[in-house]
Amino acid sequence: MIIRERIKEISNNLSLFDDVMQKYEYIIELGHELPSLDNKYKTDAYRVKGCQSNVWLNAYEKEDKLFFEADSDALIVRGLVNILISIYSSNSVGEILNSPSTLLEELGLNEIITAGRQNGVNSMLKRIYQFAHSKKGGINV
Amino acid sequence: MKNYKNDFPFFENVSDIYFDSAATSQKPKAVLDKLKEYYTSYCANTHRGSHDLGNRATREYEEARETTREFINAQQTEEIVFTKGTTEAINLIASSFVSQRFKTLILSRLEHHSNIVPWQLNGFKEGENLFIIPMNDDLSINLKAYKELLKEHPNSFVSVTHVSNAFGIINPVRELTYLAHKYDSTILVDGAQAIAHIDVDVKELNVDFYVFSAHKMFGPTGVGVLYGKYELLNQTKPYQGGGTMIDDVSFEKTTYLNPPHRFEAGTQNIAGVIGFKEAIKYINDIGYNEIVRHDMQLIRYANSELKKIDSLRLFTDSDNICGNISFNIDGIHHNDIGVLLDKQHITLRTGHHCALPAMKYLGVDGSVRVSFTIYNTIEEIDIFIKALIRAIGMLK
Repeated sequence: MIIRERIKEISNNLSLFDDVMQKYEYIIELGHELPSLDNKYKTDAYRVKGCQSNVWLNAYEKEDKLFFEADSDALIVRGLVNILISIYSSNSVGEILNSPSTLLEELGLNEIITAGRQNGVNSMLKRIYQFAHSKKGGINV
Repeated sequence: MKNYKNDFPFFENVSDIYFDSAATSQKPKAVLDKLKEYYTSYCANTHRGSHDLGNRATREYEEARETTREFINAQQTEEIVFTKGTTEAINLIASSFVSQRFKTLILSRLEHHSNIVPWQLNGFKEGENLFIIPMNDDLSINLKAYKELLKEHPNSFVSVTHVSNAFGIINPVRELTYLAHKYDSTILVDGAQAIAHIDVDVKELNVDFYVFSAHKMFGPTGVGVLYGKYELLNQTKPYQGGGTMIDDVSFEKTTYLNPPHRFEAGTQNIAGVIGFKEAIKYINDIGYNEIVRHDMQLIRYANSELKKIDSLRLFTDSDNICGNISFNIDGIHHNDIGVLLDKQHITLRTGHHCALPAMKYLGVDGSVRVSFTIYNTIEEIDIFIKALIRAIGMLK
């Protein structure tokens, strides 16, 4: 239950902040800490289009695990992207597919769980699951 | 400055600062009461049965039409068509009046997608039969260039916004109309962003069509108005077929009613239209003099306070704006500002505001937009400026 544990850990970290603005200061910090994605992935092919901000996502498989690296043009989105990557990256296909995205509700971050294409984060989440599904049968997306 | 918040039950439940009235406004109690009154006292279909309930609903509905006529000073009640919004009104005119009658179309660069896409769906394309009026540096319409376009393409259809939804720029509708007519063209004005802030007189403006939405002027969602000069509406084909728009139907041939009922097929948004009447009354009771004074005070104050912030970029220096102000902060994504203001209980709009061509032209992918109306106050702007400075500090 690696994903479940990771979500629990992040959710504990986020709950340390009584003040919502402090919570977002922390998310902004995570945004600063996210390594920049190599420019060769910042193309339309890797873009998860949002209505307001964009996310670029590169997903790959290595030694039976799936890895994700991503970037965004908005700082708070970068922070959210960092959270999603730390939850999902370096997990097996089975682990991801057995952990429904509704588990993320525990984080209390509407920007992630609200279905819609506003900031690209929810679409990125969908892509992560799509990628895992595509790897289930060993077929490339 | 008078505080109108108490007229709006929304603010009894929500203490957030609401700066997104350009997207949709809150509704005064009188409008909400009227919706309930219809649904609880005379909920019946209009223009059909002979029963008292239906007759009452029809009377209220048609009174709304007359109230709307008076509100924009149209010549006759039959010139008022109820639609589901500005978007539907433009689609109706594009498909049923313009598409087979006009070879060329002229738009401004600041149009909302709802005044771009309906025309594309009806075969207008830039570089072929769609021409864009150039802008001046302050985003106002270049009238000289507009005149040249009309000279080059007389008999065009012109469709322009009265007030830009993304930048608040007020377009000179009277001059645009005068020039359009001078070159045998016909003009539609999108009043969606103007109607809550400007006293519109369609007779005086002499526009051929004027369209707007109820929900941006304290009325219910799902109601819009298409005003058209009667002789033009009479030349307009039905947009949708169905009940209550027909004169006679057989499988061989159907004849249609005259405007406006020709364009109101099927059961209409009866409650919405009746509620809309109360929104007009609300505006009339306050009066446009007071509304304009209130709005201008807010806009001018916000503008002067925003200008004090380093790294803040306004899109226009023009004083000729109303309703909304758009800006960006150097080096910060508009969405980040929006999220942090939302967390500080200030509701505003970020993004491209459904005006992508204008944004692309200006070389940005979005902006932060604050919009004001009668229930906003100077104190709210002070709180907003503090919150904005805090957000910028966190993101730098």
